[in-house]
Amino acid sequence: MNKVNTSRFKDKAFRRLGMVVTVSCLLILAVFVGFVLYMGLDRLSWEFLMSLPSRFADQSGIYTAWIGSIWVLVLTTLISFPLGVGAGIYLEEYGKKNKLATFLEINIANLAGVPSIIYGLLGLEVFVRIMQMGNSILAGALTLALLILPIIIVSTRESLRAVPSSIRDASNALGASKWQTIWNQVLPASFGGILTGVILALSRAVGETAPLIVVGALAYVPFAPRGPLDEFTVLPIQIFNWVSRPQHEFVINAAAAIIVLLLITFVMNGIAVYLRNRWQSKMKW
Amino acid sequence: MVKQYAALFLLSGLFLTSCGSGGSDTKEIQIDGSSTVFPITEAVAEEFRAEAPDTRVTVGVSGTGGGFQKFLRGETDINDASREIKPSEIKTAEEKGVDYVRLSVAYDGLAVVVNPENDWVDHFTVDELKKIWEPSAQGEINRWSDVREDWPDEELHLFGPGVASGTYDYFTEAIVGESGSSRGDFTASEDDNVLVQGVSTDQYSLGFFGLAYFEENADKLRLVPVVNDQGNPVEPSLETVSNGSYNPLSRPLFIYVSKQAAQRQSVQQFVNFYLDEAPMLSKQIGYVPMPDSAYAAQKEKFRKFSAATDSVSAN
Repeated sequence: MNKVNTSRFKDKAFRRLGMVVTVSCLLILAVFVGFVLYMGLDRLSWEFLMSLPSRFADQSGIYTAWIGSIWVLVLTTLISFPLGVGAGIYLEEYGKKNKLATFLEINIANLAGVPSIIYGLLGLEVFVRIMQMGNSILAGALTLALLILPIIIVSTRESLRAVPSSIRDASNALGASKWQTIWNQVLPASFGGILTGVILALSRAVGETAPLIVVGALAYVPFAPRGPLDEFTVLPIQIFNWVSRPQHEFVINAAAAIIVLLLITFVMNGIAVYLRNRWQSKMKW
Repeated sequence: MVKQYAALFLLSGLFLTSCGSGGSDTKEIQIDGSSTVFPITEAVAEEFRAEAPDTRVTVGVSGTGGGFQKFLRGETDINDASREIKPSEIKTAEEKGVDYVRLSVAYDGLAVVVNPENDWVDHFTVDELKKIWEPSAQGEINRWSDVREDWPDEELHLFGPGVASGTYDYFTEAIVGESGSSRGDFTASEDDNVLVQGVSTDQYSLGFFGLAYFEENADKLRLVPVVNDQGNPVEPSLETVSNGSYNPLSRPLFIYVSKQAAQRQSVQQFVNFYLDEAPMLSKQIGYVPMPDSAYAAQKEKFRKFSAATDSVSAN
């Protein structure tokens, strides 16, 4: 009887603990978002979005920063999506389960934990210098693509693994080739999960600062990029730059820019949720 | 649906192969380097847009050292520097055959201030400041009498800029010996008015901030002389900052211009514009401008450097 009481107590205690932890996480987020909105919402305007950086806080805007962020985001997507998903498919569906595969698997998992600045150094040497791309958007996007590739590969493999093997067996039994099975059955079934992983990884990329500074993203760029080989700046760098100014008005600017960055991230996460739901409800065997 | 994504695969491939080349426009000026000098360079670049709208000036913040690396590889035209070029960097410059000129543009000075009613502090030594501000002082140095025995046995209240500011980095580097390392229990604010307010209303307070902010509030605060490397207590002023006798709390800020860049007309125009506007702009931003004659001398130095065809370093 006593034992039962103890486990009941433990059960209750754990539930309470879980609740406290969850609520405090949400609370911290709410306080953060609330604080940023309180500080920056008044500053946010069409003019702020369309103005160039300036030493006068009230004339300063984030035009080049958000255009730069979008450029980087689009290029990073174009580069990392095919590479990451392709590698995931190969490793999961084609790759043989031998020592090399284990070795690759461990390394990909490790790569996901490498600090982002290291990717920046790699990007600086390989893309900026050896491949002579200079401080371009392309070099920045390639670096960020490398940074998020492990995440995309791992999440792609997880999604592929979630497809029941009976589906593959059934497809094979009907005489479909491996490619037909993957293309017509496995991929459609797992695409929601894959896309979610890709978009979450991109959300991380859009907030990165350190690797881009190393690769040569700039703090003051008074023009919008015209192509992938132009110099650029991104929102996190503009925010970082403003926050480190002593004048309070710049900190308010930073708060307004953070709101824009948060909006971009929220919209992306929203798309991820939407796509996942869509694919999940559509796929029925 | 999947077919559309397949098209995306193909498109991205096409896209990547199509970006192979890109010419460099001589109307571009690439600047990188110190985040301390950045605000001045940014302001100059901003003003320069009106002067030469078709010249594209970009400014990065890789730090003085990171900036020099790029500068010495010929990747940038101008490097912002909050210190002089190091011997190891000079060696790299010689190996790479990069010739450059160093131009002073302004001073970064810090003021140590107390309340005007504070009648016991005559000066600080660097060691005393270190004793007050180093990380181990927290919980140890809490009263004025802990610093010097004959000072009043009253609580010491500290005010300083927020830890994200360059001013804080510089102060801790010059006083504690390690950038970004100090005690944590002081009133920190990015808003210098808060610091002025704090020190001016509290007799037992001590604070530091950029010298330019002191000048605007000179009537509410008292400047404290700091003993320099020659053993003399020196009060910061335009004169003592610019002749270097107020140290270690003041430092000159530089831009380095490469020979290759200096021969381009757009760069010449920009550098001259920089030296013309620096007195007004550096003050606006919170730094100490040099005397007018010094700017004239820098212009002359640059003129000679850009005109000289031999590659003797005009440093």
